[in-house]
Amino acid sequence: MSATVQTLEAMERPPVSMGSRLEGELLEVSMGPQHPSTHGVFRMNVALDGEIVRKLKPVFGYLHRNHEKIGENTSYLGSMPYTDRLDYFCSMTNNWAYALSVEKLAGIQVPERAEYLRIILAELTRLQNHASLLGFLLNDMGAWGTPLMYAFREREKILDLFESLSGSRMMCDYMRFGGCRVDASDDWLVGAKKIVDRFPKFLDEFEELILGNEIVIGRTQNVGKVSAELAINAGVTGPMLRACGVNYDLRKVDGYGYYPHFKFRIPLGEHGDTYDRLMMRALEMRESVSILQQAFAQIQPGPVLNPKVKIRAFRPPIGEAYGRIEGPKGELGFYLISDGGPNPYRYRVRPPSFINLTILEDMCLGHTVADVMVILGSVDIVMGEVDR
Amino acid sequence: MIGSGILKGMAVTARNFVGSYFEKDRLITVQYPEERNPLPENYRNFPFLIYDGDDPHAGLRCVACKICEKECPPQCIYIVKSDDKKPDYMGKPQLYPKVFDIDISVCMSCQICVEVCPFEAIKMDKEFELSKRERFNHLLQRKEELSKSNDYYHKICPTDAAEVDAKLAEAAAKKKPAPAPSAPTPVSAAVS
Repeated sequence: MSATVQTLEAMERPPVSMGSRLEGELLEVSMGPQHPSTHGVFRMNVALDGEIVRKLKPVFGYLHRNHEKIGENTSYLGSMPYTDRLDYFCSMTNNWAYALSVEKLAGIQVPERAEYLRIILAELTRLQNHASLLGFLLNDMGAWGTPLMYAFREREKILDLFESLSGSRMMCDYMRFGGCRVDASDDWLVGAKKIVDRFPKFLDEFEELILGNEIVIGRTQNVGKVSAELAINAGVTGPMLRACGVNYDLRKVDGYGYYPHFKFRIPLGEHGDTYDRLMMRALEMRESVSILQQAFAQIQPGPVLNPKVKIRAFRPPIGEAYGRIEGPKGELGFYLISDGGPNPYRYRVRPPSFINLTILEDMCLGHTVADVMVILGSVDIVMGEVDR
Repeated sequence: MIGSGILKGMAVTARNFVGSYFEKDRLITVQYPEERNPLPENYRNFPFLIYDGDDPHAGLRCVACKICEKECPPQCIYIVKSDDKKPDYMGKPQLYPKVFDIDISVCMSCQICVEVCPFEAIKMDKEFELSKRERFNHLLQRKEELSKSNDYYHKICPTDAAEVDAKLAEAAAKKKPAPAPSAPTPVSAAVS
């Protein structure tokens, strides 16, 4: 912790009526990038009045790896393994979003079985992302370890599925333009169905563990409220937006992939506080389980890769494309401009957690430092994606 | 009643604690390295080069075409072509790599080199206990360390190796008998 002088003059004095113990004097504290609950190398400069946050400035870039410039200097296929490293919790959805935008750019058709496999993998990713997010959020609240270990136990089973299909637990690099790299065997589908069928049991237990807990309710309800207007204006997407009661889910709005063939509901919140955001994840996991069960029932044998797509020397026609999907964290989009060469002329990522993070100050003002950690946890950020 | 939610949560914790002694579903810890989970067949780690037969030099499938070097996203492969030629598995004289280095501290195990290789010469290994005491030289793998036999590949990935062998045998069968019948036919055609 460090107190600095020169920026204090620049800060507004808090209203006297707020009951400040320091009588209007603000203390600037730098939280992070080594703080244990900042979810990676994230830093916030907070101006504190006693324990109340009066100003908050996020500082990021500690994990900047120049992802977009690397994407402009490698081939289209060469960027695929790099997208795994954006949001390393959900590499499957990152792969899908990138493959989708290249397929839009080059007008590539995807076989039916590949679309089903993509939906299965994306929903499995959503399950493991939301489960581990809830674990981390409780970790931030002080439930050290126990809920996180239960969540990770379930996540581990899904990661084993990813490993046996794609060869790697987290850096899957599984999707290709025009389909998926390898086909899933029948054994794999049976094993995945078994794990998905058992997942609601874990959800029941997990909800019993946390959702009725008085401490969780006390720490989350009416904490970090976001109004629907602010969320829409800031471009917030994903479970954070739906927690404010805005019905916006790209799986319904865009209907990409084979999602229009599936029946599922979009859970909506009401208050936009941390409790709603937490509930949103729990409810979305239930819907994901139902999507997965429909997919296992509907999937048919067939090819998984469009044979017309060249692996080497892939050159899409001149043009631009923006492909977006509903990732577990929100709208994940890739914008590509092609000049006909083997590399994209411009490669841009629209990362959901970075844009969701922009309203952090609005959520945190007036709350205590301990609440800031809970609010940050409920935004669901991964620094690999925020800094890129 | 206030506190009932906490008590319910405690009951869940107790169920998990007691259950971890009886249910296999709740006890998932593996005591590595004494106990190991079997690796799935698709597991990939770092690439290696395949040679047929017993001699790593004579049987090496790589023909130094440098496609993997060009396509590798983090640029971790370094190849120098040979000056002379050696026969490949079909008896055709081909170049071979004089130098073939992979810096596994740079490699990100993406498998793109395996996908682009037209000669089935580079495959993904499954060995993951690769810690070294030196930072730079020891993680740079030379051709000698990278070359592994086809039998080893059969041991780590039986299904894929059998597929590759069948594909190569088919290609060789297509090439080999082709010159034998096609050479006499024009002659006989010309005679008749």
